[in-house]
Amino acid sequence: MSTVQAKPVPSQAKVTFISSSIGKKIFQAVTGSLMFFFVVGHMLGNLQIFIGQDQLNTYAQALKDLSALLWSVRFVMFVCLVIHVWWGIQLYFENLFSRPIRYIVNTTVQASLSSRTMIFTGGGIFLYVVYHLLHYTFIVTNPQYAGLHDSLGRHDVYSMVVLGFQNGWISTVYFIAMFSLSYHLTHAIPSLFQTLGLNNDKTKSKFEVLGWLVAIVIFVGFSVIPAAILLKIINLPEGVL
Amino acid sequence: MNLTLRVWRQKNSQDKGHLEIYQANDINEDMSFLEMLDVVNEDLIKKDIEPIHFDHDCREGICGACSLVINGIPHGGKKGCTTCELRMRNFKDGDTITIEPFRAKAFPVIRDLMVDRSSLDRVMQAGGFVSVNTGGVPDANAIPIHKEISDKAMDAAACIGCGACVAACPNASAMLFVSAKVSHLATLPQGKVEREQRVRKMVAQMDIEGFGNCTNYYECEAVCPKEISVKSIAMMNREYMRALVK
Repeated sequence: MSTVQAKPVPSQAKVTFISSSIGKKIFQAVTGSLMFFFVVGHMLGNLQIFIGQDQLNTYAQALKDLSALLWSVRFVMFVCLVIHVWWGIQLYFENLFSRPIRYIVNTTVQASLSSRTMIFTGGGIFLYVVYHLLHYTFIVTNPQYAGLHDSLGRHDVYSMVVLGFQNGWISTVYFIAMFSLSYHLTHAIPSLFQTLGLNNDKTKSKFEVLGWLVAIVIFVGFSVIPAAILLKIINLPEGVL
Repeated sequence: MNLTLRVWRQKNSQDKGHLEIYQANDINEDMSFLEMLDVVNEDLIKKDIEPIHFDHDCREGICGACSLVINGIPHGGKKGCTTCELRMRNFKDGDTITIEPFRAKAFPVIRDLMVDRSSLDRVMQAGGFVSVNTGGVPDANAIPIHKEISDKAMDAAACIGCGACVAACPNASAMLFVSAKVSHLATLPQGKVEREQRVRKMVAQMDIEGFGNCTNYYECEAVCPKEISVKSIAMMNREYMRALVK
């Protein structure tokens, strides 16, 4: 009969709030919610494209003029993104290593597919964010956008968006990215309430429904723009290119 | 009924281990899963083969000793049942059943299907004591506790510490176990004296033991033989934040 020697117990002092498993979850929940609010704001900003070129370009110029606010938001988003992605990856590997020998038969009883694919949908969103910044914010991938100006001499965001999404590949990648984001949210939103301790048996299924509703709103709210451009509901203004 | 068993065999904690195939013949469908294994073991002993080692004790679903991951589900997937309560009538004649030990870094295999779950005991020890007033024995109804509160505490106290939540969690997290213990005591007036240090220490010990992190899969709740709800985990998260600002 073999015996297992009791391991010496390491000091508990090493575990602080931030390094504890619950602390990390809370950070994920908080950084995730801040980025979610940004996404909602971004969506409302984007939807002004339906009002017209003048409205969208005025809005874009107004954001640029509020540079202190714009850069503060960008800074907070950058910090949130770094923490959320870094800890997401770290948690993924910690969780993988906490079961060094895997099961031969794996059966899932009730964990949703979205909960089991968070690292992949999250990774997809991250890669898209990098591309999106290079595409529209820093204008690296399509430098010709930098020369677009409207009749008032403002940067012509409207034409830039229309030109971008007239490309079927860019729109397809966008649809996939928005699907990843929405699918990520179907688990993220109910999880947020659970992690912050605002959940019980009565609210659990309600938060799951809320997650799906929010995900659908986000998916439609973003995807409707490239869809409208591809369907030629939104077109380039006269005289551009 | 006749069954084919694929059973994890492992000589000791250092051995690599492998699956062996055994036949279980003439099994009575009213037997429990452990009684079926007893029959298989009788047969193995007669053939001069080392019997299959597995944990068991009370065999009435209250001690938390039995374990086993049966076809990928801890305790076999019958709602609210431990392995010892699982009857063979839940299987069909001719079925192939795969039996593995609970798998987690914090649960090293001792032999075959037996695992060392003392990490859970160390989490309990870390929780420390509950203050009790000295003096005469208090009257049973001296501390008024609302029925709903005592029910809530009892729901959490139903945890038998079997570790199925850890075995089922894709992250091998022990959050359901630890949260059941934390919320059981934090709900009752007797446990409130040390509630902050209890949650802090139990969570720290849980992390040290090498359990994974909870990502809200809720697989734990689905396999828990005592049907403990993940609302306990939400409560522990609350308790932990409360302890931080206290």
